[in-house]
Amino acid sequence: MSKKQKKMLARIVITFVIFVGLLICEHGGLMERIGHGWIIFLIYLLPYLIIGYDIIYKAARNISHGQVFDENFLMMIATFGAFGVKEYSEAVAVMLFYQVGELFQGYAVGKSRQSISDMMDICPEYANIEADGKLMQVDPDEVEIGSIIVVKPGERIPLDGVVVEGESFIDTAALTGESVPRKAVAGDEIISGCVNGSGTLKVKTTKEFDDSTVAKILELVENASSKKAKVENFITKFAKYYTPVVTVGAAMLAVLPPLILGGDWGDWLQRACIFLVISCPCALVISVPLGFFGGIGAASRIGVLIKGSNYLEAVAEMTTIVFDKTGTLTKGEFKVQEIFPNGCTSEELLELAALGEGYSNHPIAGSIREAYGKEPDLSRVGKAEEIAGYGIFVPIDGKEVLLGNEKLMERQGIPCQTVESGGTIVYAACGNQYMGAISIADSVKEGAKEAIQSMKQVGVKKCVMLTGDRQQAAEAAAKEIGIDEVCAQLLPGDKVAKVEELLKAQKEKEKLAFVGDGINDAPVLTRADIGIAMGSMGSDAAIEAADVVLMDDDVRKIAAVVRISRKTLKIVKQNIVFALGVKALVLLLGAFGAANMWEAVFADVGVSVIAILNAMRALKAK
Amino acid sequence: MKKKFKLEDLDCANCAAKMEEAIKKIAGVNDATVSFLAQKMTIDAQDDQFDEIMKEVVRVCAKVEPDCRILM
Repeated sequence: MSKKQKKMLARIVITFVIFVGLLICEHGGLMERIGHGWIIFLIYLLPYLIIGYDIIYKAARNISHGQVFDENFLMMIATFGAFGVKEYSEAVAVMLFYQVGELFQGYAVGKSRQSISDMMDICPEYANIEADGKLMQVDPDEVEIGSIIVVKPGERIPLDGVVVEGESFIDTAALTGESVPRKAVAGDEIISGCVNGSGTLKVKTTKEFDDSTVAKILELVENASSKKAKVENFITKFAKYYTPVVTVGAAMLAVLPPLILGGDWGDWLQRACIFLVISCPCALVISVPLGFFGGIGAASRIGVLIKGSNYLEAVAEMTTIVFDKTGTLTKGEFKVQEIFPNGCTSEELLELAALGEGYSNHPIAGSIREAYGKEPDLSRVGKAEEIAGYGIFVPIDGKEVLLGNEKLMERQGIPCQTVESGGTIVYAACGNQYMGAISIADSVKEGAKEAIQSMKQVGVKKCVMLTGDRQQAAEAAAKEIGIDEVCAQLLPGDKVAKVEELLKAQKEKEKLAFVGDGINDAPVLTRADIGIAMGSMGSDAAIEAADVVLMDDDVRKIAAVVRISRKTLKIVKQNIVFALGVKALVLLLGAFGAANMWEAVFADVGVSVIAILNAMRALKAK
Repeated sequence: MKKKFKLEDLDCANCAAKMEEAIKKIAGVNDATVSFLAQKMTIDAQDDQFDEIMKEVVRVCAKVEPDCRILM
């Protein structure tokens, strides 16, 4: 609690004690013995002023600034009205209740703001630079690229860089939600915002602070609140009209019925006061953005950055999800899957292929060499000749060796067996003799299958995979993962066209998400309703173009984000219905004289507090 | 130029919305956001008049919510 809040609490306690005392006197008939109206008025004025002086002061000050319809003014009018109709105890009680509500509301908002900002507390305050054998603390802003910084145990890594000395475990939880610390040794890249474990690290910085991961993330999060969801915009607009309408209603209620129907002015004035108390839209204005803020916070806790509440809202309506294959559903690392030798052993075939691909830097060649495991003796290999679109021709030990696709074998008139297998197939022949084939595939990412399953569970109707790979290879991967639709053999430009086609097929209120690792797919990310990029593997351009960033590249988290967004929207809607419902009900009851001031204050601050507490649940969404 | 300012004692969400609206109306301001939750204000305004614009911002904010202080 802040100092201000403590002072307020003291005022509330004092007023409450006096108020209870006065009530006892009243019930004991003490007041009647005093008799004179104005003395009773003065007695009640004392606790009223203790609890409400600041409200009256602020109301008067704001009126002089031309701010008429604020809460203070409304509370002042409402309680003055109560004094006017000689409901002294009610005037004090209403003011007391209002202040209790305000205090509680301020406390709750402060607490929730604190817990969100604690979670976002990833900003490093200083960097240690070694100079003349001594460590100096400097602002991370001032550290130049290529400087050596020292990160002591338990410190936050201030800048992105490469470890040059030392060994430690790094806690990346604040950025990725991953609870298992990651090992870092010399040569490893580390990102800012993570917390160093028990070892001291010397790090050579690779980025300036403004370009470092932590600065980028902070910027994204801070800008998130400016991209408002439809619901938020609705509330802002609604709030603009709500207060004046209710206030005019109050004025009419105070004047018209007594003029037309005749009757007691005081009674109608009291009903008008009830209107005034309810006329602040605060419950909505605070709780709706707070709910979204909480939802974004909850997502960032599991390592997913959402760039605005509009995207959080869109994720809840996601029905189609389009994946880029390589790097998203698969690891982007090629591996030898199967070897089909023909008239030789597997080892011999692999050795032949490894020798043949010895000089190549193609990923496929790399995977064959890796599977071979030994360093190929390149002195046995002659000059290779590439036949574009087919493969290579290379002399090994004086024999003509061919390595390539099926078309190459056909071209050279070498009979071979077609291998039915996913992935890329390399056929080999030596001296016009077919030697066999090697199938190479990109391995499916851990959890990709699970990710698709859980997305289906949360109601995503269609999962599509786009790839530049061969149809067969793509289908094999799709089958393994559980994808509904595959579009293979696409050029980068085709991806945008395909996504546009899918977008057209969407119904209104249905949203399409595209998930990519960011290599060449920034245009697709922008084009989709929701662009989801891989944070650690993805390029900076992709992260910039994306609306949602998966910090640890784990596609399983998309389903969790859908759940969080649904829960957040549910909470926001609950709050809107609840707050408007209670307000409408009390307004109605008030107009017919069936509600008292207590209910009115409840409909104002009480509803606010309940809505804030409800909004806080979004932060705990999983 | 875009600049961020911390706000102190910004107590009501409705006031934040009103402040934002008032700031946006100042001549030379391209965009402004007042975040109640973050207690921060972002102002995007013309470079050459930034200081004068800030004076005006302080003035209108004081008018809407006198308790709120802009930390510069």
